[in-house]
Amino acid sequence: MSDTTIKPRIERVPATEQLVQKLPVLLVPVLALAGLLAIGNPSTWLTLTVAGLAMGMMIFIMASGLTVVFGLMDVINFGHGAFVTVGAFVGFTVLAWLAGWTASPSVLLNLSALLVAILAAMLITGGLGYAFERVIVKPVYGEHLKQILVTMGGLIVAQQMIHVVWGPDEMHLSRPEALQGSIVLGDAAIEKYRLVAVAIGLALFLAMRHILKNTKIGLLVRAGVENGEMVEALGYRVRRLFLIVFMTGSALAGLGGVMWGLYQETITAHMGSEIMVLVFIVVIIGGLGSVEGCFIGALLVGLLANYTAFLAPKVALISTIALMVAVLMWRPQGLYPVVKAK
Amino acid sequence: MLIKLLSGDTPRSGLLAVLLLVILISLAFAPFLFPGTRSLETAAKICIFIVLVASYDLLLGYAGIVSFAHTMFFGIGAYGTALALSTTGPTYGSMIWGTAAGAIVAAVFALAIGLFSLRVKAIFFAMVTLAIASAFAVLVSQLSWLTGGEDGLNYSIPREFKPAFKLVDEKIFDVRINGKLLLYYLVFFASLILFLTMLRIVNSPFGRTLKAVRDNAFRAEAIGYRVVWYRTTATVLSAVMAALAGSLLAIWLRYTGPATTLSMEIMIDILLMVVIGGMGTLYGAVIGATIFILAQTYLQNLMGVAAEATSAIPLVSTLVAPERWLLWLGVLFILSVYFFPSGIVGRLRAGRT
Repeated sequence: MSDTTIKPRIERVPATEQLVQKLPVLLVPVLALAGLLAIGNPSTWLTLTVAGLAMGMMIFIMASGLTVVFGLMDVINFGHGAFVTVGAFVGFTVLAWLAGWTASPSVLLNLSALLVAILAAMLITGGLGYAFERVIVKPVYGEHLKQILVTMGGLIVAQQMIHVVWGPDEMHLSRPEALQGSIVLGDAAIEKYRLVAVAIGLALFLAMRHILKNTKIGLLVRAGVENGEMVEALGYRVRRLFLIVFMTGSALAGLGGVMWGLYQETITAHMGSEIMVLVFIVVIIGGLGSVEGCFIGALLVGLLANYTAFLAPKVALISTIALMVAVLMWRPQGLYPVVKAK
Repeated sequence: MLIKLLSGDTPRSGLLAVLLLVILISLAFAPFLFPGTRSLETAAKICIFIVLVASYDLLLGYAGIVSFAHTMFFGIGAYGTALALSTTGPTYGSMIWGTAAGAIVAAVFALAIGLFSLRVKAIFFAMVTLAIASAFAVLVSQLSWLTGGEDGLNYSIPREFKPAFKLVDEKIFDVRINGKLLLYYLVFFASLILFLTMLRIVNSPFGRTLKAVRDNAFRAEAIGYRVVWYRTTATVLSAVMAALAGSLLAIWLRYTGPATTLSMEIMIDILLMVVIGGMGTLYGAVIGATIFILAQTYLQNLMGVAAEATSAIPLVSTLVAPERWLLWLGVLFILSVYFFPSGIVGRLRAGRT
């Protein structure tokens, strides 16, 4: 008997190919640099870049839930925008109740009011996500056409219910005292709220990456994405995992809604469906189902939208479409396509 | 002769045949049966939407493609005619070339979108078209020097179609035979011809291949059909039909703006009409469009009565308020996707046996 052991053979991906795979990471700095060259004035550029990053982070928060839900469950939720709107309305209502906290000059009280509003919004949209999954999405797993139609129907109903609960008028609210105004850095004025948005978005991205890459839940989610049946066979309840992911995705939409609403300071029942266009573009650019791709896509869209809004206002929304077309020409499945075993 | 006109696609259900006949007769004699401006407006809208919804069904029901860019093509047709009429004056010539130009531009757009993105998954295509359509709507409202922006375009149509024009002096059955009536019949017959053309298309070998591609694209490809080619052709055909419906709307309203042609609400309305009427059968478009537009126009009055009656109960009265009619339609929509995936028409046909 020979005692040679059989070793698994791992094929090394050539360095050049690895580089090509990682290439999209470079897009954000390249775009920022191009923006600097086109704008010329460094302080204007800094203001626009921070604004773009903040916008990108907020879009990322809204898009991340959608893309993870798609990656794991193969469900596209056209009603995702409704969660964004509901989150914004709940957040605004809570902040209006806490007017004493938001108006006080104490930074701590301001931030805790924001935190309470965000938690309430996430709780409610998470619960709504539970109901949505059980009632609307569950019967149509695996049927894309019906998913699109049914979630669209859910969107209509949810939008109308917002009218019933909050009335047809738009709501205005100023940000908490501490988040108003801007910091002057050299010649560039940077709104404080944008810095908060960047911080929250970045923290969320890092947390999601950590959970997906390093924890058991993340392992199960990734395995479920690759091959749900296999995970089921190993004794894990994939369906329950689906439900948790769906609720998390909805709660993230609620968070995004509060943040976007405070950014605009005005919310309407249609804000969710309006922002969904950008969210879809981001999800497509990133490659459906990929968190990293979604993050890069969101930053690209945010930066490009702000740069073009400054350089050539009329082409701002068209520019994001052009970006999507360009990315799809380069990588037809998006920046980081999620390869499914199905 | 009749069978041939319907391309062999008979209603195949007694009740459905009766319903269709009632709708046809009501629309054909609408000016005489339902006098009044509001009912004539409703009838013309039904005619135009039957064409629009049928053209969408060509895509959704027969080819299994979910597109959110259908109002874009509708808008292209409408703006084509509107621009021709407002720049070169109210002549038949400009009406015709505007309509043709709109249809050609719509076909080119559809070809580009189709070749570019039909190879991908249904979900992907739905999202791409949604993004493109919303960008187009923004573009139209931004280019105000050309399109009039949010205000849209007002223009004149040939004299013979204006209410002031009198064909005969006496009234027939108490109805004045004026230009408005002529215009209604132009809309009616154009819609009828377009509808019969689409019926012809879906019942041709091409239509049958589309269904094969819809049901199993992989197998259709395997037996030698170029799936992408069929899907793209379906997209182009439906875009041209939608553009023609848009031209009819432009001529009828003498006004074209983003709200009447390009808004997301119209896209959702079309989706609701197709699903409630029945996907994959053009008669579903007739039933769906008629029911929906009647509900839109008259259900609100009914709900107003209901809201009055329940005004003592706080939540219920808000739920049945006239503005909330779309809520109930949304609920109906979800229920019909689950329980009647083939819509009213499919239900009626299944119940025949």
